[in-house]
Amino acid sequence: MPDALLMLLGQGVQMLLVLTIAPAITGLVRLTKARLMRRQGPPLLQAYRDLVKLVHKESVVAESASWLFRVAPYMVFALTWVAAALIPTFAAGLMFNWAADAIALVAILGAARATLALAGMDVGTSFGGLGSSREMMIATLAEPAMLLVVLTLSVTAGSTRLPEVASFFLNQPLAVRISLALALIALIIVAMAENARIPVDNPATHLELTMVHEAMVLEYSGRHLAMVEAAAQLRLVAYIALIACLFVPFGMAPAGAGPVAWLLGLVSFLAKMVAGAMMLGIWEVAIAKMRVFRVPEFLGIAFIFAFLAILLTFLTKELIG
Amino acid sequence: MVDFADPLIRMALVIGLLGSATAVTALLGRRALVIAYPVCIVASTIAVVTDLSVLLANTSSTAHLPIGLPTIGLRFRLDALSALFGLVVNLGVFAAALYGLGLDRQSELSPRVEPFFAAFAATMNVVLIADDAFAFLFSWELMSVTSWALVLANHEDAEARRASHVYLVMASIGTMALLFAFGGLAGPAGAYDFATMRATTFPPALAGLVLVAVLVGTGSKAGIMPLHAWLPLAHPAAPSHVSALMSGVMTKVAIYGLIRIVFDLIGAPIWWWSLPLIILGAATAVGALLYAVLDEDLKRVLAYSTVENIGIIYVGLGLAIAFKATGLDSAAAVALTAALLHVIYHSWYKSLLFLGAGAVLHATGRRDFAGLGGLIHRMPKTAALFLVGALAISALPPLNGFVSEWLLFQSILAGPQFSEPVLRFMTPVVGGLLALSAALAAACFVRVYGIVFLGRPRSPEAAAAREVPRLQYAAMMMLAALCVAGGLFGALVIAALAPVTEQLVGARLPGLGTGPTPLSLIAFDLARSTYDAPTIAVFVAFSATATALLVHWVSNRRTRRAPAWDCGFPDPSPMTQYSASSFSQPLRRVYGTTAFSASEEVDMPTPGETRPARLTVVQVDHIWNALYELPAIWLIAVSRRANVLQFLTIRRYLVLMFGALIAFLILKAVWL
Repeated sequence: MPDALLMLLGQGVQMLLVLTIAPAITGLVRLTKARLMRRQGPPLLQAYRDLVKLVHKESVVAESASWLFRVAPYMVFALTWVAAALIPTFAAGLMFNWAADAIALVAILGAARATLALAGMDVGTSFGGLGSSREMMIATLAEPAMLLVVLTLSVTAGSTRLPEVASFFLNQPLAVRISLALALIALIIVAMAENARIPVDNPATHLELTMVHEAMVLEYSGRHLAMVEAAAQLRLVAYIALIACLFVPFGMAPAGAGPVAWLLGLVSFLAKMVAGAMMLGIWEVAIAKMRVFRVPEFLGIAFIFAFLAILLTFLTKELIG
Repeated sequence: MVDFADPLIRMALVIGLLGSATAVTALLGRRALVIAYPVCIVASTIAVVTDLSVLLANTSSTAHLPIGLPTIGLRFRLDALSALFGLVVNLGVFAAALYGLGLDRQSELSPRVEPFFAAFAATMNVVLIADDAFAFLFSWELMSVTSWALVLANHEDAEARRASHVYLVMASIGTMALLFAFGGLAGPAGAYDFATMRATTFPPALAGLVLVAVLVGTGSKAGIMPLHAWLPLAHPAAPSHVSALMSGVMTKVAIYGLIRIVFDLIGAPIWWWSLPLIILGAATAVGALLYAVLDEDLKRVLAYSTVENIGIIYVGLGLAIAFKATGLDSAAAVALTAALLHVIYHSWYKSLLFLGAGAVLHATGRRDFAGLGGLIHRMPKTAALFLVGALAISALPPLNGFVSEWLLFQSILAGPQFSEPVLRFMTPVVGGLLALSAALAAACFVRVYGIVFLGRPRSPEAAAAREVPRLQYAAMMMLAALCVAGGLFGALVIAALAPVTEQLVGARLPGLGTGPTPLSLIAFDLARSTYDAPTIAVFVAFSATATALLVHWVSNRRTRRAPAWDCGFPDPSPMTQYSASSFSQPLRRVYGTTAFSASEEVDMPTPGETRPARLTVVQVDHIWNALYELPAIWLIAVSRRANVLQFLTIRRYLVLMFGALIAFLILKAVWL
């Protein structure tokens, strides 16, 4: 069973890979933004140092908090980590890619979000409830759009399994398809909303009535906050990896390829992550934060685009083949 | 000699047991009430075993009794489909009876509840094994009447009286429609038995009429929109374990009626039959959740969520008809399996949630969100079990709600294969609506759980809540375990469903062991889709535990309890928490302004004035106004006018009768 062992190794490598690069990717976004604003910016390693510092600090738990408040950070972290580990990054067809297809992946990320929203309401403060309520409102628009995007790609590729979708697009001649372009825009908007980025939410602010994600996790401190932060960083990696896997799978090692192809895939994956993070940083500098009740309109665009994409795909399926 | 190996004999025993429990509790008065629940538990256990054996062995047995209508008699049949729904019904009865066993013997049993409870359980079982129109309709009506009596159990409450009235009207309309349906199916010869109906092929026009009648008849019982209005009134009015039965189980009996008639009796489907099911189902799945997410009564929210789930089941059934009619049998099997799985799973988590709501009601005496909160501290076990139900109904992996949701999306992905352009256009629309309803369900249940169990208590009753008796806890525990097991071992349940899909659409899903692991779920084939709940669960559990251990090992593990931070301005009053209506405010603004013409009026006193500021939210229930209120107004207006006829003199009556006679004679002469 050397093959199975190799696959298992590949899966382990991926789990560690996403975990290792996650703080760096968030750090890179911050650094890009800082440099564009003519600031020095924190070094890339700062995100790691912050996590270590938080883990070593004492955790302050509110008196009205229950066990759910203390369990939730670990659950959110684990769910996001598993989701990130199941997306094909440097190689398709790793050991456990089959465990969850695209639909299940959306649901796993949804489970992480629901857990965090519950934790936000646990202490019984106005800020926590505010964050949870807005997070769930945003999710009611973002999640359907995301599901429609993955359904569009699944119909086009004839499979909901991400490795199959990725290899389908790898083996296709390069062509611009309107449905895919619409789906890409929709998925990018969803990714911005789900990762609490500008213009939907601002990860850098505190004490603002417009904050969503930060309001929800306001009561966390110490190692619990470290888990929540790490989960947020992993989620960013997961979304960039998902966009890369679905729309630019080039360079990914095909299923059954050996470690040499993996290395090549690894280099291209890292390049894609860096490019994604820098583009996000540039975008965040270029645009202003929206009012909360403008967000539904923004996400409505994503929903409409995703819907048009799937409609086009359904109506023209046999033309594409 | 009675042969107890015959499943129908065993079902007769079950019904006999339940019937005698009814008779004894009704006749012997208060002292005898205690026997109701133990008998229900025994009977439902026998029934579960029987149904399970019939389903797994895929047998079918029939019986013909010489009672009932003269010369026709009563026919009964227990096949895989009946057994499947029997399993749903009897597991629900078992859990509800176990919960009932935990009620206080002195103060909480009532001659208005226990006799009807047993009768209600019996009639639902009879509906499922009826094999002719008379037996079906008769038991269906008995089911309506017994459940109506249960809704009216708390008859001092004006709201319960109103609920039972609306329910009775809707049930009558439903049965009337079913009467028409069976009239159409019986044909001019009047063949009431299902076997003859099954053998007959009906002209498409007649079949279409029957379909409409069936949709109204079963839809009004299941609660499909716009026939749902009685459900959020009646389900909360009944005692909680009865609500669990009505919402979790009785709606499924209505679904059984729909499947039995449309998939089994009418014959080969035509593609456009699927349209009303798909359209109504998708609209219900989203519409009911919009009601649920804005409502502020725990049990009413659960009832609205039942309506939503019925919508999802309708979509699955509609897609199955569409696939079957266009020759895509394997896709039809996926859609039908999704619908049946949702029937089973919804009965589990909805019963669990209603029992949990009953526990909350019992502990605090309140079910309004404004008076609850913080129960996770006072009722930790109930809170943990309710959490399982809430996450399951939000279709989150690895719990069971997601399995049927996943299958349904898989069947939608087969949509491009439709040859009918209308269906090809419809499926992505339905997919979008289902995705929206899944996301709304998550928002709805985060809100329910967050307001009821998390945070700080909003009333003294909630602050003094006590955990429920052990038996009630055991009932919820059983259902929660089923929800978890159903999520992890969905592949086993699907394998057990195979005979039913084989019977109804002539295809089945790929069996066990064709995937990467024995418990992998595969919709069409391995390359197209897989979902492996056990693997994901193990992965998540492993990484969560490993991370927690590692972090605890590295960190200094110090934890300090302190007042909530809340950005430096924590307020000790629980009124400063987010309330249910503040939680739903963003959703109300986004969806409510269109769906309910919702508007907010802010009355802000000018500085210096001493009156309080006020925020009033106005919402309009358009469906109730247009389809219930308006016809009632018309009906009353017409009755007022016609009332004149009651006070005429004898001469005028004679003139009227004479005039009518002449009119009919002329009509006869001209027309015929």
